[in-house]
Amino acid sequence: MSEVVLSAGDTAWVLASSALVLLMTPGLALFYGGMVRSKSVLNMMMMSMVTIGIVSVLWVIYGFKLAFGYEANSEWYGSFSLSGLGEVVDELANNGGVYPIPLLVFAVFQLMFAIITPALISGAIADRAKFLSWGIFVAIWVTVVYFPVAHWVFAFGNKVGDEVTGAGFLAARGVQDFAGGTAVHINAGVAALALALVLGRRIGWQKSPMRPHSLPLVLLGAALLWFGWFGFNAGSSLGANAIAGLAFLNTQVATAGAVLGWILMEKIRDGHFTSLGAASGAIAGLVAITPACAFVAPWAAVVIGFIAGAVCALAVGLKYRFGFDDSLDVVGVHLVGGIIGSLAIGFFGSSAVNGIGLDGIFYGGGTELLVKQALGVGLVMAYSFIMTLIIGFAIEKTIGFRVNSDNEIGGVDLSEHGESAYELGGILKGGR
Amino acid sequence: MKLVTAIIKPQKLDEVKAALRAIGVRGITVSEVSGVGRQGGHVEVYRGAEYPIDLIQKIRFEILAESKDVAPIIDAIVKSAATGEIGDGKIWVTSVEEVVRVRTGEKGSAAI
Repeated sequence: MSEVVLSAGDTAWVLASSALVLLMTPGLALFYGGMVRSKSVLNMMMMSMVTIGIVSVLWVIYGFKLAFGYEANSEWYGSFSLSGLGEVVDELANNGGVYPIPLLVFAVFQLMFAIITPALISGAIADRAKFLSWGIFVAIWVTVVYFPVAHWVFAFGNKVGDEVTGAGFLAARGVQDFAGGTAVHINAGVAALALALVLGRRIGWQKSPMRPHSLPLVLLGAALLWFGWFGFNAGSSLGANAIAGLAFLNTQVATAGAVLGWILMEKIRDGHFTSLGAASGAIAGLVAITPACAFVAPWAAVVIGFIAGAVCALAVGLKYRFGFDDSLDVVGVHLVGGIIGSLAIGFFGSSAVNGIGLDGIFYGGGTELLVKQALGVGLVMAYSFIMTLIIGFAIEKTIGFRVNSDNEIGGVDLSEHGESAYELGGILKGGR
Repeated sequence: MKLVTAIIKPQKLDEVKAALRAIGVRGITVSEVSGVGRQGGHVEVYRGAEYPIDLIQKIRFEILAESKDVAPIIDAIVKSAATGEIGDGKIWVTSVEEVVRVRTGEKGSAAI
């Protein structure tokens, strides 16, 4: 019945985007790895690397179907099927309509999102998690949190004629999330808060200095994330088209605005333009524009980015006020940035920019869109927070989630991996 | 025989080395050290959180010398290492009972 035929251009762009999004996870490993002390940088990076392994395997076995299967015709989950994805090689992707790209290309693109979302959480539990427990957490968390939530947000259902089956709860209600403000960033950000509460504060938190051991690594990681994010956002159009171009430009200018917003805020507050601030601002801007990139005009993207940069620069201080050790500020950047971006659509959304979008408050659309966006934000936050607490406590009470204090002080690189990251000469050995 | 120990700012390393060589000092031992004096530490800020850094990096010189050479050595270090700012460092002199050259077994002044 399908009149849609495979488009080489669209398929090529989504394939390239998939590779770009994969690169974000090693980029995240560098971004996070540079921020921890040198005794736990390998563990920090390994938490991302093993997530690539675990989630990719689960995705082929049952993950893709649980997120994007439509046989069960449920708003809350896809279908339960140990498919291995062998039988769909010749199908085109159908997600609220047939796209001229193979289903397996859609599957590999979405896989990369499923990988980076749990990897983002790892920043909240730096320096103190048992590696095996992290791996078990990732496997359970993607199964009961990410795969279903991806279905709620990203699954627009199997559309045959005018009949749509299996669309997700939020997608069916017109909640707008182009590339994952709710499913990825709010989801990971609030899970990070829950896991930071489960594991507790690091020994010496707020007493001994826990400075980033390598800001150049942080900057390199942020640059790779920024680069890969073009695939994340512009690839989410699932085609090489005008919306991809809009998303690409918005991603660039929102991120630029956020870099400026963050470093100006900290110059005013702390007296310096810091490199960590510039890197963090870039990520905050990328997060905020993620849900909005295809629904707002470029000028609005700059405003959203600037606000996200400035607000997230303030939000990272919340952990000291409330006393939770979200070590690398996953909450302050991803949760707060995700909320800003998701709600911003309710203000800046414009149907003139994107025909499938709705008008927000600033375009005379009233509060209807904002209310929908708030529903998406609230539902994902509540579900992810509660489920993550349950999974986290279950692991903590059985096999334990946190290393003992000797290993924490000595460094998890040595205790969990039997390695140390650096063997460098000092100032007098040419190391200056 | 005396041991002259000097703590200086890292950025003065090359100047002090040159000054000592200029007055004929041939043997020095240099190490990286951390410490704190009247200068106190400094504060670094990461994502708005202040980290007081109370130990500051310094360079330590150790020079074995005959007693008569101590005064010019101190003079050379002070002249080359001083900036007038707080945190320039310190020099102290201790007595040494014995010095032995490992290669030859020479002792005392001959070993310096």
